[in-house]
Amino acid sequence: MASFSQGGGVLKKRSKTEGTRLKVGLGACGIAAGAMNVFEEARKTVEENDLPIRVERTGCIGMCHHEPLVEIEEKDGGRILLGEMTPEKIAPIIAQYMENGHIDPDNIVAGTDYITENDPFFSKQYRIVLSNCGTINPESIDEYRETGGYEGLARAIREIDPDEIIREVLDSGLRGRGGAGFPTGLKWKFTKQAAGSPKYVVCNADEGDPGAFMDRSTLEGDPHSVIEGMTIAAYAIGASDGYIYVRAEYPLAVSRLKTAIRQANEAGLLGEHILESDFSFDIRIKEGAGAFVCGEETALLASIEGERGLPRLRPPFPATKGLWGKPTNINNVETYASVSRIIQNGASWYSGFGTEKSKGTKVFALAGKIRKGGLIEVPMGITLKEIIYDIGGGIKEGKRFKAVQMGGPSGGCIPESLLDTTIDYDSVTKTGAIMGSGGMVVMDEETCMVEVARFFLEFTQNESCGKCTFCRIGTKRMLEILERITNGLGREDDIERLETLAQSVKSGSLCGLGQTAPNPVLTTLRYFRDEYEAHIKEKRCPAKQCRGLISYRILPEECVGCGVCLKNCPVDAIRGEKKQVHEIDPKKCIKCGICLDSCRFGAVEVR
Amino acid sequence: MDTVNIVIDGVDIETGADKTILEAALDHGIYIPHLCYHKDLDPVGICRLCMVEIDGRRLDVSCKTPVREGMRVRTETEEITKIRRVAVELLLANHPTDCLSCSGNTKCELQRIASYIGIDDRRMKSLRRKTVTLPIDTSNPYFDYDPNRCVLCGICVRTCADVVGVSNFDFAYRGYDSLISTFMGKPMIESRCVSCGECVARCPVGALRPKAVPQPAREVRTVCPYCGVGCGIWLGVRGETVIASRGDPDNVVNKGRLCVKGRFGHEFINHPDRLTAPLIKKNGNFEKASWDEALDLVAARFAKCKPDEFAALSSAKCTNEDNYIVQKFTRAVMGTNTVDHCARLCHAPSVAGLAQSFGSGAMTNSIGEIRNADCIFAIGTNTTSAHPVIAYEVKEAVRRGAVLIVANPRRIDLCEYAQIVLHHVPGTDVALLMAMMKVIVDEDLQDDRFIEKRCENFEAFFESLERFDLEFAQKTTGVPKELICEAARSYATRKPGMLLYAMGITQHTHGTDNVLATSNIALLTGNVGLPSTGVNPLRGQNNVQGACDLGALPNVYPGYQKVDRPQIHTKFEEAWGTKLSDKPGITHTEIFDAIHDKTVKVLYEVGENPALSEANANHVYAALEKLDFFVVQDIFLTETARYADVVLPAASFAEKDGTFTNTERRVQRVRKAINPVGDSKPDWLITCLIAKRMKKHGFDFDNPSQIMEEIASLTPSYGGITYKRLDDRGLQWPCPNTDSEGTPMLHSEFFATVTGKGKFMPLQYKPSYELPDEEYPLILTTERSLYHFHTATMTRKGGLEVLRKCELVEMNPKDAGTLGLKNGETVRVVSRRGEVNATLLVTDISPVGVVSMTFHFAESPTNVLTSDAIDPVAKIPETKVCAVRVERP
Repeated sequence: MASFSQGGGVLKKRSKTEGTRLKVGLGACGIAAGAMNVFEEARKTVEENDLPIRVERTGCIGMCHHEPLVEIEEKDGGRILLGEMTPEKIAPIIAQYMENGHIDPDNIVAGTDYITENDPFFSKQYRIVLSNCGTINPESIDEYRETGGYEGLARAIREIDPDEIIREVLDSGLRGRGGAGFPTGLKWKFTKQAAGSPKYVVCNADEGDPGAFMDRSTLEGDPHSVIEGMTIAAYAIGASDGYIYVRAEYPLAVSRLKTAIRQANEAGLLGEHILESDFSFDIRIKEGAGAFVCGEETALLASIEGERGLPRLRPPFPATKGLWGKPTNINNVETYASVSRIIQNGASWYSGFGTEKSKGTKVFALAGKIRKGGLIEVPMGITLKEIIYDIGGGIKEGKRFKAVQMGGPSGGCIPESLLDTTIDYDSVTKTGAIMGSGGMVVMDEETCMVEVARFFLEFTQNESCGKCTFCRIGTKRMLEILERITNGLGREDDIERLETLAQSVKSGSLCGLGQTAPNPVLTTLRYFRDEYEAHIKEKRCPAKQCRGLISYRILPEECVGCGVCLKNCPVDAIRGEKKQVHEIDPKKCIKCGICLDSCRFGAVEVR
Repeated sequence: MDTVNIVIDGVDIETGADKTILEAALDHGIYIPHLCYHKDLDPVGICRLCMVEIDGRRLDVSCKTPVREGMRVRTETEEITKIRRVAVELLLANHPTDCLSCSGNTKCELQRIASYIGIDDRRMKSLRRKTVTLPIDTSNPYFDYDPNRCVLCGICVRTCADVVGVSNFDFAYRGYDSLISTFMGKPMIESRCVSCGECVARCPVGALRPKAVPQPAREVRTVCPYCGVGCGIWLGVRGETVIASRGDPDNVVNKGRLCVKGRFGHEFINHPDRLTAPLIKKNGNFEKASWDEALDLVAARFAKCKPDEFAALSSAKCTNEDNYIVQKFTRAVMGTNTVDHCARLCHAPSVAGLAQSFGSGAMTNSIGEIRNADCIFAIGTNTTSAHPVIAYEVKEAVRRGAVLIVANPRRIDLCEYAQIVLHHVPGTDVALLMAMMKVIVDEDLQDDRFIEKRCENFEAFFESLERFDLEFAQKTTGVPKELICEAARSYATRKPGMLLYAMGITQHTHGTDNVLATSNIALLTGNVGLPSTGVNPLRGQNNVQGACDLGALPNVYPGYQKVDRPQIHTKFEEAWGTKLSDKPGITHTEIFDAIHDKTVKVLYEVGENPALSEANANHVYAALEKLDFFVVQDIFLTETARYADVVLPAASFAEKDGTFTNTERRVQRVRKAINPVGDSKPDWLITCLIAKRMKKHGFDFDNPSQIMEEIASLTPSYGGITYKRLDDRGLQWPCPNTDSEGTPMLHSEFFATVTGKGKFMPLQYKPSYELPDEEYPLILTTERSLYHFHTATMTRKGGLEVLRKCELVEMNPKDAGTLGLKNGETVRVVSRRGEVNATLLVTDISPVGVVSMTFHFAESPTNVLTSDAIDPVAKIPETKVCAVRVERP
């Protein structure tokens, strides 16, 4: 049990309790896994039997690999996490627990009084931004306030001069969590100093990287922390209007934000005369239509203005000329959520975490071929290895680690040799990847790195706004080359051609999207050049993934003629009599891999 | 202006501190490849070709980077060359290479960059992509859009948004599929496009290209013949034909910009319908005649005519020189002052009203000042349709942060750009403006210092304000009180404020009062005599200002010198060496009454078409049939000309020298581009030939320059105007002597009134003459289409006819619902004076209870319906308000 408190707050016992509570993780992820049914069933059970236990909803608890998750908060503050819950399981568990306090250990994935194999998942984390996420009811402003929420804002408005707030944020060392890592306090200072009024505070919640769900989880799990951070920013820079630009594909986040904004308004924490001061601030929600480029700040502002989401040339930066040409401070979700905690607990508390140049913690969405994927928050300075092997529990199915992709389509792939890299802005940038907003996709030996590069290029090409030449046409040409290579039609000079194009697109593009679009190609070329060469020169895909380069064959010595592959083949490419060796017709085969997956005798081979 | 010193490629350059690196380089003859930069537009830095190295460190786009003292710039390094080469190759890889047959050939920026970078043929081949062929949009009569040639520089997008203010295009789709598209990808003809061709003129490749591609053999610099804005144009000539027109970038009025008529509406010049020989009506039919025969006939008939039996209608479309000669002919040869022209039907109240309050009836300020105003109050002007290039300036002012107040019964285009929109009932302008003034006074927002120092008659005016309380104003105008207050406060506080108006103010039986109301409000707020202020009547025709200036009016000689003032009378008798009448003549509207009364028997009509343009047209038709002798001088056989006994073929603006005076009093040179078509002759020459056949002296001019010399000698405000001085640029009157550089702004120190003070005028609200009743329940108001001009004699000769085919009766959906009428059906519009059939357009641009029609279409002659009740002072008929009913024919 000791292991839970080491991490500084994850699954700590609660000091103050109000009787037994059962909380169901109802982030979009949990709901997708079936948590809503669990929630309804639990509530029904409790109501029908009139049990002295409160059934509540909470945000993402973080352990995606055990969804749906349910937490039981015991009378004494002890906490038990139940994984893979179903409506069928939950009723008897409640009944038994209420009867004798016992829970079948098979259902427990972690707990303050239990030792489980998931303990390292928590012990290496430190939750600041996510401290409420998965523990409080995101639709209750009271629960947020019970954890100290809005105390920072109250302190700011009542006790601190706006300039001092900016100094405190500067002193905390907080850098923009959207990816670029620009010092937040400095941005605020520029916006405050810029001439023009009104000024705006904008929250970039247009999370678009494939595999990223940090901001969604934060908004779904702790929306007030973002609102509080924005309000503090507005107070500091002298803004009266705020916008949260959030993807329309995040309906739950939108609805929880709306609830939170309404509650904050009702509580006098938002709107006219906040906390009876002269300071007024309103927040509006602008739902984005799902263009990736709208995560780029100038495109985002254009989109709020009702224009097509096209990036604008910087300078001028939004701090001087942003929304409707007025000074605008734009930060992402995690940055604002961090601000709430910083003002609540002080700059020196925050800067006590992390490294010299990268302070605090960072939230990551850990995904891919990892055993324990999930939403995690770690102190800066932790190594990649610790994240992947200690928190993430290593690679699925005992396969070999190949690379970790950080920073989404703008980021890069970091190979095994660099797993000792520490998580901080500068070290990550050195690898050719970027910190990004926190997407972390783990790849194993079966991942083709050329295909990974192709995938991301296809993504950026589809999402390029089409305005500047390099991003519009350059990424298309790069994609064509990568498609050629993965189809086995690569040419000798393709690598050189790719590098030339990549360099030009990187230095020639107008906005961050284009400037970083070649990163996945450049890092894979840097660390996995041999895979490219194998595709081009040997017409071979080492990961056996590229359909243009592989073929399927049935090993006669292993085949027992069971007919399963024949039955499952979608294109009737397999022939063979019962109990006789089967054969694949390469002309018909579409290389879908169903035969490989369905064969129980290991008789299908990929070459 | 501040300058800075920078070094570009080792060359020391001194340049304006507000320049970008690219501008500084181009100004000094250093080429930096660029595709998305255009000097008229804000830079966006999207083509990425103009990258330079700054201070040996960073690369940045030169189009967007401002110069800084001591900056060192290199336009070419190994890295830059590499990036540029890749960019150009990327663009060329899927760009058509049929340069020789592309209309962009020779002026294509992509071509220029490719040749600058140097493109390797072998490498090109390896780069070539099989291009997807997208359909070419050929729907517009004047230009095509070929997306296959587009390089997505966005110049058209920015031009349409920022220059024209229409925003018809934007980028559509994403990534490689990106293209420039109209809203919902509609064909150009169905889009919001106004066909001005500004995008076509700026497209750096051959993507937006004119349908007519031939290059001119030579170009002649002149002035657009359409509205009163007076845009400078270059006419392109090939052989004896005018084939193109483009904006003159050096002309301060339009700065190279044009509207659809100015750019494409030159088709009439060489149109086969042009009159090429004199016609004499024999037994009811026109027969071609020789000039000798025609002139002899005209001279003989005119010679027999008594002074009071003669009337001349001159032309606001003709040059100053033409007008001067017509009025001189009327006065000196025919012995009468009865010469007038169509200003009577448009801005007579401006001349009469502003003469009373300011002492001078013209725009007080200049077009170029509009963009710097902080408030623009546009009342009774559909600027976008009638003065498109001035509308560009209004939109530019809005872009720069000005507040725009639009007062108009209809939801005109400018309403989209306005912060305050007042939809008042037609004819209630005095109530609206006086109520605004009452708010200003009640809230103590008037400019007391200005009123005290520069104005007179305030007390009388102040008393008359009492009646215009907000309740009355809201009831009368239909505009909510709050909006009236808001507009009043904005105009009074957001200075400088510029008031623009057009015929929505003047064409009323109380038109002069309306004008006086506008001058009152400008005086009250001190918005006169300073840059970007003033009262600015937008004149309708290319030379309506000049025709007034040159005395084609029955009461004044050139320069508004009164015919009944003895010393003036003597001056002209001496100058012209003949006896002159000191009795003012009768006006345009009165002439037709006089014909009916048989007092006027002979009419000499130069370049006008009253059969379509005069109110109560049936009255005009009847009059024209009663004439003893009727001479029409025109470029086409107009509806009016059909009534003539003799038709004399005139040369168009493209075939003669002369001057036009635009709405801001700017006298500009009109230059002959081609010889007169057929046997036609310039108007001044025809009139002179008639005079000479009548053995009269004073008409021996070899060219218009000599006429201008005589004008300058007799017209104080034109005293300093000579052709030589007009060579490079126009001059704004008053320009009393050759040392004067003209006067862009009037009344800066003194008003032109006798006392030198601006005069407040007490006003009363007077309803329009004919209001709706049970039998005629709707108000008919008249308007203009962007695509046609006046009676459309010049504009129904080609593509403009495609853009607007026929007369439309615009009606609010509610009224259409009540009447059970459907969009697109033919309806009959009936007034007390006649009836007209036209197509119904159901649109909420038209307010409930009001229908509107143009008067461009001879087959639906709207003026058959309009009322000829006139303003008692200015004698203008009330073509903006009459009562009608609309029914199924």
